Amino acid sequence: MAAHTQPGRPNQLFRNLNSKIASIPMMLTAVVIFLGGTIWTVVYSFTNSKLLPRLSFVGLEQYERLWDTPRWLVSIQNLATYGCLSLIFSLTIGFLLAALMDQKIRFENTFRTIFLYPFALSFIVTGLVWQWILNPEFGVQSVVRSLGWTTFTFDPLYNSDIVIYGILIAALWQGTGLVMCLMLAGLRGIDEDIWKAARVDGIPMWKTYLFIIIPMMRPVFVTTLVIIASGIVRIYDLVVAQTSGGPGIASDVPAKYVYDYMFFAQNLGQGFAASTMMLLAVAIIIVPWAYLEFGGRKRG
Amino acid sequence: MNIRSMAAVLAATVMLPLGAAHATDLEVTHWWTSGGEAAAVAELAKAFNATGNKWVDGAIAGSGGTARPIMISRITGGDPMAATQFNHGRQAEELVQAGLMRDFTDLAKKEGWDKIVRPAGLLKSCTFEGKIYCVPLNIHSWQWLWLSNDAFKKAGVAVPKNWDEYVAAAPALEKAGIVPLAVGGQAWQSTGLFAVLTVAIGGKDIYQKVYGDKDAKVAAGPEMAKVFKAADDARKMSKGTNVQDWNQATNMVITGKAGGQIMGDWAQGEFQLAGKKAGVDYTCLPGLGVNEVISTAGDAFYFPVLKDAAKTKAQEALASTLLDAKTQVAFNLKKGSLPVRGDVDLAAANDCMKKGLEILAKGNVVTSTDQLITQDTQKQLEDLMSQFFANTSITAEEAQKRFVAIFSKAG
Repeated sequence: MAAHTQPGRPNQLFRNLNSKIASIPMMLTAVVIFLGGTIWTVVYSFTNSKLLPRLSFVGLEQYERLWDTPRWLVSIQNLATYGCLSLIFSLTIGFLLAALMDQKIRFENTFRTIFLYPFALSFIVTGLVWQWILNPEFGVQSVVRSLGWTTFTFDPLYNSDIVIYGILIAALWQGTGLVMCLMLAGLRGIDEDIWKAARVDGIPMWKTYLFIIIPMMRPVFVTTLVIIASGIVRIYDLVVAQTSGGPGIASDVPAKYVYDYMFFAQNLGQGFAASTMMLLAVAIIIVPWAYLEFGGRKRG
Repeated sequence: MNIRSMAAVLAATVMLPLGAAHATDLEVTHWWTSGGEAAAVAELAKAFNATGNKWVDGAIAGSGGTARPIMISRITGGDPMAATQFNHGRQAEELVQAGLMRDFTDLAKKEGWDKIVRPAGLLKSCTFEGKIYCVPLNIHSWQWLWLSNDAFKKAGVAVPKNWDEYVAAAPALEKAGIVPLAVGGQAWQSTGLFAVLTVAIGGKDIYQKVYGDKDAKVAAGPEMAKVFKAADDARKMSKGTNVQDWNQATNMVITGKAGGQIMGDWAQGEFQLAGKKAGVDYTCLPGLGVNEVISTAGDAFYFPVLKDAAKTKAQEALASTLLDAKTQVAFNLKKGSLPVRGDVDLAAANDCMKKGLEILAKGNVVTSTDQLITQDTQKQLEDLMSQFFANTSITAEEAQKRFVAIFSKAG
């Protein structure tokens, strides 16, 4: 390398030529499939395409209809409720489990495996399992009733007002294990000496966690946040398996709306408009944040 | 597709090459995968193979909603099958417009389809700009109310003869711990139920004006308000169903856990499978016992345009086979649907099927919603109806307002 740098600046384009050639397919995929597909979708969301994509523009008509549709509004509400709660609970529960796991307990491996195990199941399987557990005739309700509390009612999946929490329970059961593992890895990355120093200073354990350890684990939290957030936006299969959007449309989510209108209703324009709104929502939240988070680091 | 029908298809294909020197393979896609359906498909395959060609079965599991996107993407993606099932109506409308489907006008003229297909509306829904693009195969009607005789005996009331008596009997059923009306949670079920109510309570003309002409004024009118009132009754009667699939709901009627169900005649297969007898164990009321009509939904075959000359020729053979009198009888008896020809003998049909045939012969038919509204409108109605049935806080008036909004924009 030193010999190359001698006669002036080498052409940047030909540096690491092999690896650049090797990454061409991936770059093409990213540009053509992701970017191209995105632009195509946005363009066609302004058309009245039905079953087949057609370039006859109708302006914002699809968007007007979209925001006029009760089902879309319900699904946005659901996503917001589900997203906020899922973020809060999976981070809190995940961190608490990891902190407990970090107390040098016995059988740590066993516990870790048990907690992580649900993550090995797909959302479809998780959804079906919880559909049965929450079913009033076979699940929790019937068990409690058979124990003597005959008026006990617990049927979240059949009650429009709380159905989204029924889905949340299943999602947390499935996802917290992974959050715990990530957190545990973060905790293990903290130097023993920090703990010793905190102990010497007589700082209580909860304070050490809250004011020293958690701020030190910022990168781990950021990674976890990205993973959870992307899971929230694309939630679809869990809802389909558990309630298929029901009762009625009470547990609908944006991704399901997009799919239903693109393929069942044969209204591509409407589906594209909805998916563009999803993209926009993600962009509004993620882009400024990612810029601050990762853009800032490059400079430093 | 189950093993039995696979075996039947295989057996048929093995026997065939003896007779035909140059058999042409035709791939046919459809979504008939339940036991009775697969047996019916095997009949079609047998008949087609007898013409010296070969039926290559392309069953897609998971009902029409799953199968149609797959079929459409294959046709639009340039890998068309030789023939495919759709419900006759507007499901394939755009594919026809795009010139992807084959025109069968010449064959239809030669064989006189317009004379044999009954009711004539079926062929009309295959027609686009004066040309015929599909072959109707059977008639499935939505307009049936299935009642469990046991449930009514247990509740101590007579089996109702029409919708009003049924609504009146609901409290007695509830008291006996029986769900009066089983409605599965899937959206298409409540939407279909509503269309049935429209025909029965509102009448044929109102139905035609709303669904056919998309007349928003009629949709907002007092007749439709009556229909929404009936839907509100149905909603109250369906409380406690807690099942998703239509056949689970039918099973509640079969076992006497529910008083009745409004469902198409495909439900009859379930009663037959359970060994129940029409008139003894269950009662069927076409048009809810109010307006005895039958809607002419059903299945039709469409033929994508192919480049291969031999296959194109074989498509014609398949089209004639599907409308052949013998095929019609063999297929429809197994499927439980009504034939599209009026001149065939269905002596083996059961009581309910015969009732249907009689109504059909009288010409008391309405065009099915599949033929009148687009999939887009259908989906919007499904969203509305499933919400209406699941959420009692939406009043009938509110629902009607949204119903009007959908139809004022429907194409």
